Amino acid sequence: MTWVGRTLPRLEDPTLLKGGGRFTADLKAGAWAVKFVRSPEAAGTIVEVERPDEGIVFTAEDLDAAGVGSIQAVLDRPDYRRVPHPVLARDRVVFAGQAVALVVAPTEAEAEDLAEQVFVDIDTEDAVTSIEAALAEGARDVHPEAPGNVMVEGVMRTPGVDAAFDAAACVVELDLSSARQSAMPMETRGGVADYDPATGRVTLYASVQMPHMLRTGLADVLGIDEGDLRVVAPDVGGGFGQKMSLFPEYVALVWTAFRLRRKVAWIEDRRENFLSASHARDQQFTVRGAFDAEGRLLAVDADLRSNVGAFSCYPVTCGVEPLMAFAELPGPYDFAEYGVRSRGVTTNLSMMAPYRGVARPMLTLSMEQLMDAAAEKLDLDPVEIRRRNLITSFPHTSPTGLVYDEASYLEAMEAAVTSADIPGFRERQAAALAEGRYLGLGLSVFSERTGYGTPAFAARKMQIVPGYETVDCEMGPSGQVTLRIGASPHGQGLKTALAQLLADQLGVAPERIRVISGDTDASPYGWGTFASRSMVISGGASKIASGQLADKLRAIAGVLLEVDPSGVELKDGLALATGTNKSLSIAEVARAAHHQSHRFEGMAPGLKEQAFYDPSGTFSNAAHVCEVELDPETCGVRITRFLVVEDAGRLINPMIVDGQIAGGVAQGIATALYEELVFDEFGTMLTTSLADYLPPTAAEIPDIEIIHMETISPQTVTEAKGVGEGGTIGAPAAVLSALNDALRPFGTRITSMPATPDRIAAALRAARTAAAEAEA
Amino acid sequence: MTETTTVTFTLNGEERSLTLEPRQNLADTIRDTCGLTGTHVGCEHGVCGACTVLMDGKAVRSCLTFAVQAQGAEIETVESLADGDTLHPLQQAFWELHGLQCGFCTPGFLMLAAGALRENPDMSDDEMRDLLSSNLCRCTGYQNIVKAARQAAEVMRGERAEA
Repeated sequence: MTWVGRTLPRLEDPTLLKGGGRFTADLKAGAWAVKFVRSPEAAGTIVEVERPDEGIVFTAEDLDAAGVGSIQAVLDRPDYRRVPHPVLARDRVVFAGQAVALVVAPTEAEAEDLAEQVFVDIDTEDAVTSIEAALAEGARDVHPEAPGNVMVEGVMRTPGVDAAFDAAACVVELDLSSARQSAMPMETRGGVADYDPATGRVTLYASVQMPHMLRTGLADVLGIDEGDLRVVAPDVGGGFGQKMSLFPEYVALVWTAFRLRRKVAWIEDRRENFLSASHARDQQFTVRGAFDAEGRLLAVDADLRSNVGAFSCYPVTCGVEPLMAFAELPGPYDFAEYGVRSRGVTTNLSMMAPYRGVARPMLTLSMEQLMDAAAEKLDLDPVEIRRRNLITSFPHTSPTGLVYDEASYLEAMEAAVTSADIPGFRERQAAALAEGRYLGLGLSVFSERTGYGTPAFAARKMQIVPGYETVDCEMGPSGQVTLRIGASPHGQGLKTALAQLLADQLGVAPERIRVISGDTDASPYGWGTFASRSMVISGGASKIASGQLADKLRAIAGVLLEVDPSGVELKDGLALATGTNKSLSIAEVARAAHHQSHRFEGMAPGLKEQAFYDPSGTFSNAAHVCEVELDPETCGVRITRFLVVEDAGRLINPMIVDGQIAGGVAQGIATALYEELVFDEFGTMLTTSLADYLPPTAAEIPDIEIIHMETISPQTVTEAKGVGEGGTIGAPAAVLSALNDALRPFGTRITSMPATPDRIAAALRAARTAAAEAEA
Repeated sequence: MTETTTVTFTLNGEERSLTLEPRQNLADTIRDTCGLTGTHVGCEHGVCGACTVLMDGKAVRSCLTFAVQAQGAEIETVESLADGDTLHPLQQAFWELHGLQCGFCTPGFLMLAAGALRENPDMSDDEMRDLLSSNLCRCTGYQNIVKAARQAAEVMRGERAEA
């Protein structure tokens, strides 16, 4: 039996369960505290920063005098507007929460006292906060560099779009939107920058997903050599994309450590995290679908607007949302004609950066709502219309040129529909309606592009092209295995899953395998953990490197056992000469490799292999079914069932995969029903606590039923496809589809997320008014 | 600098006598003054529950509790749950059933459930879900936390019968 495919309890857990985890804030003993003074205004000119007579206070002037630059996120596209992101605001502020000054004091309490004595005098301007306001005729430009407030714009139109709409039997047009959200990791951002007087180096411990990239970015902005800086991601309390970007706070913190030649720490509080960490979603999509009389989708024409906020996130840039939406809107559906205009719109809000799912929750909602609306118009079953449009032959090339590998779009949907017992549900729904209760069932089918290497990022014209992963795989003289990876897991259980992969290759138990990540001094240059990539790419590199190491072990064991290496099997800690009774422990082989290297002609001493993997990418897929009950009095929505049929290829550790799906679905439900960052007309955030911003609890999230399919694709050497984001991608569409099914008797439909009681009540009122007017 | 005061309490069975500012909260006191960093701070306004500890057996948000309020109290944190390498039934169940991912909220959930189960080991499944809805987790989607707490309750009831 292989280790791959087994539900193995995670190797990471005992320490975390005993309170022994080392998160960034746990490492701040002896550090002086850094606090940021932030702009209370969303837009304006800085008149003066009044400092107290005593205490350490730094502003942009100090950084400028030291030659510190700005953060520069670059896309090599003619439509991209490059706006430098200052570390501390110079002259102008462009969002409420932007760092204007920083203070340093021996304790956090003293630093907070000091920060309260710094006054920022701002000559305010009207804030531009919404997509509508930013795109309105005569709107004030948020940045002079981006006239019209468009930072990036993707446009394409296949030749037959208009003809397809002209010929269509049914055209559906929908306006859909998703509110601004926070990824809201339980651990906020934070860093401890430790100056070492012996070497003159600074080590930054920070709650981040991309430590190597962060070091490159920090060195560039500070104008220092990367060798003078070590970045370590210790235990990280969730990221979900929010911890990918280089934030100004980290630049300022590292600069302060160099400047003061001491250990300093900045631990963000929750309010700061809401105000000034990156935001997500906040998109408005207008989509039109042209269908023939049989419900076949002929064309989609889309106008996609994403509110990217005040700056472009480094390294992935503000193109990440609009350009992914542009490229991937077609989803799992087979149609030829596609017109799209996708804009990243700048406003006076904190910058948008990736959040689990990126663009796909909205584009899945768009395609699924198009299917549901067309089915209703054509009097077709919602399942049947999808059946007629899903991609079934592979490889498939989308209208934007994406090549889809083997997947199970149709099969997964059929499995979901069967398990959901839709006929049975319709009976329950009818019986409930007769009692005045409103049930709904919704479906979503989607593709999740995962595990893509440099080709996909290069196609986005990123100046920094991420994608490959490198690993070092080493066996020491006592047979202990160390795998050093460039990925940077933060809760995904990657270390356990990689240990399972290696255990099969090397014939040693997973607990003998140490995985080292997230330390620029100890792990190879890599891109960290994001975009559902680590198992595919870092896993692929690990499989290749450990395969090379296994070959070498077999060669050495062959010499020692006097058999051909091809006859050596590595299993249960032993190197066995098959067909004989001869064997050695792997530890003995390892010892010989290090201490008897003169005996192994043509082989380098020791046992160390490096490999990289840079795949073109693969597509996971899934179908979600959601059942809800709507209370038309309170307009509350209760999810009564949630079913996922997931196809992520080979499952390395099924328990971990299920955990990713369940956690992802919970975040998708949050997008659909609960979470929203709310701002007033001045651009001031009104939801700066967890009492105002409402992530769901155990009371709102149902148990998720999960069924697996395993389509094996040649596009991934581990045979695993990525699975980190799928739950978040598919759930909002399934929930809204179910809610709209429940709303059908009222003749209304919700296409704005979150579908809060307020929004549902407004839709019901509007429907009642319209019905009354129609009668009158 | 604010004036300081002295507070004495028991932390995981060990008496601590500390001199600190009256404004200092219990979470910072446990973490920074006493050096036990297993208790995590997620929101500092009493909603997320990551900082939950037991004070005289009751779950409290240590971020909303002043250290001086702990005068004379017995405080228990996540570090007290395991007996050496032997995990507490809750820790064991969270491990077996994948009740944690990043692990940041976990100490709060463990202490919340530990306190409640000590008081009422016969909690119903609904009562357990209701209890666990007091804390936030961003990774798991909760179902494995609920499952783990229910399994631990069964184990603990078994132990009670044996005792």
